[in-house]
Amino acid sequence: MLGAFDFSVIQSSLPFVWQGFQYSLKLTLVAMSGGIVIGTLMALARLSSIGALSTAAAVYVNTMRSIPLVMVILWFFLVIPLITGKPIGAENSALITFTAFEAAYYSEIMRAGIQSVAKGQVAAGYALGMSYAQTMRLIVLPQAFRNMLPVLLTQTIILFQDTSLVYAIGAKDLLKAAEVTGKNYGRPVEMYVFAALIYFVICFSLSSLVKRLQTRIAIIR
Amino acid sequence: MAMIEIRNISKWYGDFQVLTDCTTQVEKGEVVVVCGPSGSGKSTLIKCVNALEPFQQGDVIVDGIAVANPRTNLPKLRSRVGMVFQHFELFPHFTITGNLTIAQTKVLGRPKEESIEKAMKLLDRVGLKAHAHKFPGQLSGGQQQRVAIARALCMDPICMLFDEPTSALDPEMINEVLDVMVELAKEGMTMMVVTHEMGFARKVAHRVIFMDQGKIVEDAAKEEFFGTPRSERAQLFLSKILHH
Repeated sequence: MLGAFDFSVIQSSLPFVWQGFQYSLKLTLVAMSGGIVIGTLMALARLSSIGALSTAAAVYVNTMRSIPLVMVILWFFLVIPLITGKPIGAENSALITFTAFEAAYYSEIMRAGIQSVAKGQVAAGYALGMSYAQTMRLIVLPQAFRNMLPVLLTQTIILFQDTSLVYAIGAKDLLKAAEVTGKNYGRPVEMYVFAALIYFVICFSLSSLVKRLQTRIAIIR
Repeated sequence: MAMIEIRNISKWYGDFQVLTDCTTQVEKGEVVVVCGPSGSGKSTLIKCVNALEPFQQGDVIVDGIAVANPRTNLPKLRSRVGMVFQHFELFPHFTITGNLTIAQTKVLGRPKEESIEKAMKLLDRVGLKAHAHKFPGQLSGGQQQRVAIARALCMDPICMLFDEPTSALDPEMINEVLDVMVELAKEGMTMMVVTHEMGFARKVAHRVIFMDQGKIVEDAAKEEFFGTPRSERAQLFLSKILHH
């Protein structure tokens, strides 16, 4: 049965797959860092006492979280050129889409993180003469971030898997590269297995890291 | 002019009134102890002094500055008023030295070396210089509270507020904290202290304020308060906490 497979195709496809993988990784890292920064700002907005700010953040987060990612990807791909006046390409479109989409999820994580920091810590910051911004930046956010590190990483693992959805707009990521070479060499099954294996190895090792982190953070606390 | 003046302040949480028309003052160099049953509003009152708690009516004036005035630079005022909390509230992600220097550098803009020098001097004073490199979680409750006092003193405060500084401590650690506070009082620091430690009040307080149900029921010189409390409520409270 296995004799029907020809895995030598993997070797010949490596340079192309490597390019796709690099894009998947770039997409993940950009969406993660951008998403965490924007998400944190939105979490602060959501927890602020200014009603309009809090509502705006809530509407954004709830909207993004209620729409399937693949639709957002398609939507941004169609809408961004209308705004900018010229096409920016599937790859760049996906970078913007994922950052905006993931920000909503990271924002919910950071909101929980901020709320996990004892209220007395904020009072202590204020009592020492710190401004709101200083209290958040120096006291609350570092603790919130540390408490939420495993959850943030878990979200990033999901994000990495979700990047494969950019096939919908034809961006050349890991999955797309595997698909294209698979078709070219007439060996699609082997290439899909190979791609799945790469996703699995990366996600599984990251998951193990999360588990280790969780126990470490439990000890520090 | 008094260092801290509290004039007719009232505060509500929704419909519930937590403070009713409270008026008192703390003179420069004076030590005032605030006591009363739990839920009487004493912690809320002391938090109004540096505006950690907003209030709806009345005025609080610290060193001539009205804290509720929207034009007041609150961070600046707070940086001059030291505060010690019931649960210490040291920053767990900084070392002890970090806890003592962060506000000096970021709020006062002191150079790093100078901040560390000051931190070491004050840690030495509370007997914890050897623990400077540790994290708060590695210290006992009593040690953490002494660090918290040192942290407040690093800012060269014009007065100190203590919000039940020994209530969260194991009994054997209460004295090490009180000793630091007694020494501070003897040096002439202006202090407002919410506490049930009547021994501390007897030793160093000039005045004692007794609160009940959000009102200042008794505001008297120490001798008078312990000798002949006027209100029945204060008499009852004293008889309960002094005879056990």
